[in-house]
Amino acid sequence: MSTAIGNTIVSLPDQSTARLPKRHYINNEYGLLSWLLTEDHKRIALLYLFSVTFFFFIGGAFAGLIRLELLTPQPDLVAADTYNKFFTMHGLIMIFLFLVPSIPGVLGNFLIPLMIGAKDLAFPKLNLLSWYVYMAGGTLTLAALVLGGVDTGWTFTTPLSTHYLNTHVITAAMAIFITGFSSILTGINFIVTIHRMRCPGMTWFRMPLFLWSHYAASLLMVLGTPVLATTLVLVALERLFGIGIFDPAKGGDPLLFQHLFWFYSHPAVYIMILPGMGVVSEVISTFSRKRIFGYTAVAFSSVAIALFGFFVWEHHMFIMGVSSYSALVFSLLTMLVAVPSAIKIFNWAFTLQKGSITFETPMLYCFGFMGLFTIGGLTGVFLGSLGMDIHLTETYFVVAHFHFVMVGGGLMAFLAGIHFWWPKMTGRMYPETISKLAAVTTFIGFNLTFLPQFVLGYLGLPRRYAAYPPEFQVLNVLSTAGATVLGFGYMLPLLYLAWSLKYGAIAGSNPWQATGLEWQIASPPPTENFTEIPIMDHEVYDYEWLANKTKKEVTTVG
Amino acid sequence: MGLSPVLWQFLVNWLHNASLFPAEASTIAPYTDALYFFLVLMTIFGTTLVAVLVVFFSARYSRQRSPVATQIEGSTLLETTWTIIPLAIFLVVYVWGALLYFRIYNPPTNAMNIYIVGKQWMWKAEHPGGQHEIDALHVPMGRPVQLTMISQDVFHSFSVPDFRIKREVIPGRYSTVWFEATKAGNYRLFCSQYCGTQHSGMVGWITVMTPGDYKTWLEQSTSGQSLAQNGERLFASMGCNSCHNGTAAARGPDLAGVYGSKLTLTDGRQILVDDAYLRDAILNPSAHVTAGYAPIMPTYQGQLSEDGLIDLVEFIKNMQSDYRVQQTLVTAASGESAPTTPPQAAGER
Amino acid sequence: MDSALATTDPADLHAGQEHGHVSLPQHRHHFETVEQQREAGSFGMWLFLLTEIMFFGGMFLAYLLYRNWYYPAFVVASNQLSVRIGTINTMVLITSGFCMAVGVWAAEMRRRSLLVAMLVTTTLLGVLFLSLKYGEYHEKYELHHIPGNNFNISMFTNPAGYGIKEAPLPPDMAQKTQVFFFLYFAMTGMHALHMIIGLGILCWLISRARRGDFSAGYVAPVENFALYWHFIDVVWLFLYPLLYLINRHPMH
Repeated sequence: MSTAIGNTIVSLPDQSTARLPKRHYINNEYGLLSWLLTEDHKRIALLYLFSVTFFFFIGGAFAGLIRLELLTPQPDLVAADTYNKFFTMHGLIMIFLFLVPSIPGVLGNFLIPLMIGAKDLAFPKLNLLSWYVYMAGGTLTLAALVLGGVDTGWTFTTPLSTHYLNTHVITAAMAIFITGFSSILTGINFIVTIHRMRCPGMTWFRMPLFLWSHYAASLLMVLGTPVLATTLVLVALERLFGIGIFDPAKGGDPLLFQHLFWFYSHPAVYIMILPGMGVVSEVISTFSRKRIFGYTAVAFSSVAIALFGFFVWEHHMFIMGVSSYSALVFSLLTMLVAVPSAIKIFNWAFTLQKGSITFETPMLYCFGFMGLFTIGGLTGVFLGSLGMDIHLTETYFVVAHFHFVMVGGGLMAFLAGIHFWWPKMTGRMYPETISKLAAVTTFIGFNLTFLPQFVLGYLGLPRRYAAYPPEFQVLNVLSTAGATVLGFGYMLPLLYLAWSLKYGAIAGSNPWQATGLEWQIASPPPTENFTEIPIMDHEVYDYEWLANKTKKEVTTVG
Repeated sequence: MGLSPVLWQFLVNWLHNASLFPAEASTIAPYTDALYFFLVLMTIFGTTLVAVLVVFFSARYSRQRSPVATQIEGSTLLETTWTIIPLAIFLVVYVWGALLYFRIYNPPTNAMNIYIVGKQWMWKAEHPGGQHEIDALHVPMGRPVQLTMISQDVFHSFSVPDFRIKREVIPGRYSTVWFEATKAGNYRLFCSQYCGTQHSGMVGWITVMTPGDYKTWLEQSTSGQSLAQNGERLFASMGCNSCHNGTAAARGPDLAGVYGSKLTLTDGRQILVDDAYLRDAILNPSAHVTAGYAPIMPTYQGQLSEDGLIDLVEFIKNMQSDYRVQQTLVTAASGESAPTTPPQAAGER
Repeated sequence: MDSALATTDPADLHAGQEHGHVSLPQHRHHFETVEQQREAGSFGMWLFLLTEIMFFGGMFLAYLLYRNWYYPAFVVASNQLSVRIGTINTMVLITSGFCMAVGVWAAEMRRRSLLVAMLVTTTLLGVLFLSLKYGEYHEKYELHHIPGNNFNISMFTNPAGYGIKEAPLPPDMAQKTQVFFFLYFAMTGMHALHMIIGLGILCWLISRARRGDFSAGYVAPVENFALYWHFIDVVWLFLYPLLYLINRHPMH
């Protein structure tokens, strides 16, 4: 028995005879224009993949520079003003140009129509437009960088950003304003698609959890982003005309800016993490051959996070002199929003129970996600707790917490998703050993980078410091060392995934033996996705259905 | 915390000596640290639990040992458990944190007051006795100190990690924070809200002194003029005394003893007169007209620096009678030279 | 909510599909039925309007806050706006909304010339609205009531000098009229921007309507645009009382 059962479920077709399908979405048309004018959601997903990867490595380069500068207590690599531009660019690019669009733009675009059995998203032209809008915003951000940079921090705090800096604040604000529209268009497209385009039999509770989490994230994009747009318009107007809507000297209220900004920017972190949670659900189910434990709870916890997520923004302002009673309410709501995330973690853990688990690369990334996100989430409770927040806020503790959630959570999930659906997107497998090595490297490097920052934070080192007291150097050096390992871990996938495009093994339509509709069609899928619209006649994550189907196919062929 | 004090001291000092933990130098610090240790234990417990579950299930139900998965829909009992237990823990944290918040932000009534002005990129401390400090603050040990803080330009944040206190210093409004230092020594002061190019240079030292040393320091560093005295000169030179002089013909309300009283405004609102009210009334007088008076006071927005405002506030705060104000009027009327105002009192320092 | 989709009766779907392919060239391939396409379109439009509400919502919040803080300044500044032009503009916009609604009906009834006429009237009324708005902006420009460095408060500190029967504001409160005018320009400016975009789309709709694109049963663009146009009307219906009619009565 033990010899028959390997420790992998990967089942590739016989490589000597296997071929990629003759016609698929990549080779359907040729030429640059066929890509730039495409309305195919899968091609747009690839456009997004290239662009978010590009911006990720630019943002990552800035992270590297920041960590290098912090090797020594004095600002000796770069001066303080340059350092400030570095962390501003790192924040703007990573948040607005990488984390927000990464999973929805790449995986969401690619998979939502496939998963619900549709030929495309509801509004293909809008989808293409959203990519162009994103690129316009990205280009403008780079323009702000090339013209001399911007040093507001990604939070654009007034009146600093409006009256006290002479860098390219308006350019940067407009860049983010424009990028926001890309996110709104994506959100509208996803919601309409999920509501109106599901194939026959695909009821709400037969939807993969990936769709639930994208649905919740889309709600946040649609309702939150416009408020950021208003805020940035007001900031730009105030700066252009020297008026004082946020300037107390002229009768304005700087706290109003904080309220408006965080009304978007807190939900934004759920925009970044929810799609990642969707990826984790798919991967864990597939590699433990089990339906997700408590599917309904996981689905509704996504919606609950989206709902509560809108009413916790003031926890970014606890020390800013807000009313103590409103602080009490917002702290309570913050505690409540932590619960759905805890539910998800335990549901994933218990999905493993009595499963039949294998440890392919996507699964390793997901384990990494669970560990890091648990730490990230629990340290969030520190910051949601009023009295604790006073000491911890604005220090490296916040930096560490945020990176644990966004990088340990969001980015790990993105990598899990890319590895999981790579064979579907390209039709080829990547080398398994080196990809596992990359997953482990990332996990170790990440912890080495950000665990010391928790300690730094409790010691009181404020964030955004170009220079710091010498007693904090040891921990900073540790962190920089970790960042080096982490950077290496992120470079690896770039290399072997590129390699796999030409030399990877042919994956066949369903290498992981997964149940989703996307796995029941060829890899890479044909342009029209489904020759005839499928009928969802089984429950989601139904591995028996899959086994029967496979058996039937074998018998018919045989 | 039920932890024995000896054990507590041992733990905290050990961590501090290993440079993993800030010094506990205020009465609040142990309370904050207690919650912190609880939260750290919660995090370790939670993470370990998840890790153990994942590792155990992975080992027990790996494909070799468990070739066929058993499908489970879920379990209401289990799911309720892991909804309720985290919720309960989080609620404990919530209540604990809220109590701590009120402890940190509600000053005791006997606290001594020091003014702090933040500006790009320095901290100015102004003691009521007229001692001025830049990027430094001397305070006595064992006595509650309340800081009334304001920013002259952008958001700053007054952070003293060893005291576990921090509060945003905001332009246009006073914010306060208090502490009671327990150990003599020097402690780092940071600006923790990003405030522009030299943000990381906006740091300083808090020096905690024994009451005796503090008294000596106060005497040696006095500028000869208390804040209230500066305020008195400003009060005359800005012409405040022509209306606010408590005479029968005065066009403005009498300010003697007004601090801390309840005032009725023309729009019927009842207002407690505190530092913030006085500052607002000088800058935006028409929104703060005392009932029975005409809205004729001009605004002093742009004419007084935050330091000047603090001087005035401190003067009005300590004004027990109108005697001296009326004296200045008499001096002015009799053609003798009015008390001269030192130029730095009104302008930038 | 979406019974048309949840149905598993293949006959229904099939019938719909055929119907779609036969009758409408505008049916896009990735939709199963024309009905599905139309529902998706209008659902998407509603979601877009939701984002618009949130967009204006931020500014309404700022308005509420400052109106509460600086009520006297808001009253006096608001009195300087022309209620007459505001009211006429309200009428103009409501009429244009009505024409748009008739236009949708005309499209559904497949009456091409009526549709074109209604779209043209809507456009003209929209242009009229913007011209009146421009007149108001210009007046404010001449009075130095545009926020910024040239803003002048003398009209509010010394109304008698301008022949205005109004109690003078103390200078500190008079400064706060700038906050009102900033919000006035930001809110009506954003509204006007939406109208300009709307007029652009209207021109495109007119040219298509003249070709007869919307007189053969395919009316989704007209319908969805009408939603957008009505939304602009509704925003104005909030802006008008909040900006023009603050405490109008006791002064006169």
